[in-house]
Amino acid sequence: MPQAARPKSPHLQIYRWQIQMVSSILHRAAGIALAAGTVLLVCLLAALAAGPEAYANVQSCCASVFGQLLLLGWTWSLAYHLLNGLRHLLEDTGAGFEIKTFVMTGWVAVAGSFVLTALVWACVLLQRGGA
Amino acid sequence: MSDNGKLRTPLKTVRGLGSARGGTHHFTVQRITAVALVPLSFWFVWLALSLIHLDYAGARALVAHPCHAVLMVAFVVSVFWHAQLGLQVVIEDYVHTPGLEIASQLAVKFLCVLGALACVLAVVRIALGS
Repeated sequence: MPQAARPKSPHLQIYRWQIQMVSSILHRAAGIALAAGTVLLVCLLAALAAGPEAYANVQSCCASVFGQLLLLGWTWSLAYHLLNGLRHLLEDTGAGFEIKTFVMTGWVAVAGSFVLTALVWACVLLQRGGA
Repeated sequence: MSDNGKLRTPLKTVRGLGSARGGTHHFTVQRITAVALVPLSFWFVWLALSLIHLDYAGARALVAHPCHAVLMVAFVVSVFWHAQLGLQVVIEDYVHTPGLEIASQLAVKFLCVLGALACVLAVVRIALGS
C-alpha cells in the first residue's frame, strides 16, 4: 500500500459527469463484464462437445429469465466495447482528439451500442417467433 | 562511471525491472487482438443467432464445419488473450496490495489460459466428432 497521509486526487463523485469520462468508464466496465461472460462461452462449447443432455442444460439456463437478462447485458457490453474499441483504434492513429469530435464519437459509441443491441435482439425475437 | 565516489554504477537500480524494448508489447498485442476481434465478433454474433433455431445435431454440425471450427478457435484465442491483457491493466490500476496484486494477476493469467484451452479442446472434439 502507498504511504499514508499523501494527498489524494478527488474521486468520481467530485467531477461533473460528461461523455468523455462515461465512455471511458463504460469501456472498462463492459470489458470486465465480457471477461466474465467467457464462462458461458466455455460452458456452451464444452456442452456442445459433451452431448445433447449437457447442451440442453445450457440451453435451458440461457432461456431462463435470469439467463436472458445476462445475455441482454452481454449483448450490450459487446456492442459498446466493440464500437468504443473502434473509436480507440481511430484515436490510436492520432485522429479524433479535437474536443468536438471526441464528444461526438463518444455519443456515437453509446447510441450505436443501443442500436446494435436492438438489432441483435430483434433477430432473436424474429427467430423465436418463426420457430 | 558513477559520481558518488563508489565503484557501483546506477545500473543495479534498473536491472531486473524488464527490458525497455518490451515497453510497447502489451499495447501492440492488445491492439492486434482488438483488430482481430472486430470481424470475429460479428461472426460470433451471427453464429450465436444461428444456434437459436438449431437442435443439438444442427448446432454441432454448424460448429463442426471446418470454416467455423477454425474461426471459433481464432475467436476463443483472441478473446482470452485480449481479456487477460485488459484485466491485467485493471488490476495494475486498482490492486496495490503486493501479495494480492501478484496473486490476482496470476489467477487471471491461469484462468484465461485454462478457459482458452478448454474451448479449443471442445472445438477439436466437436470438429473431429469424438
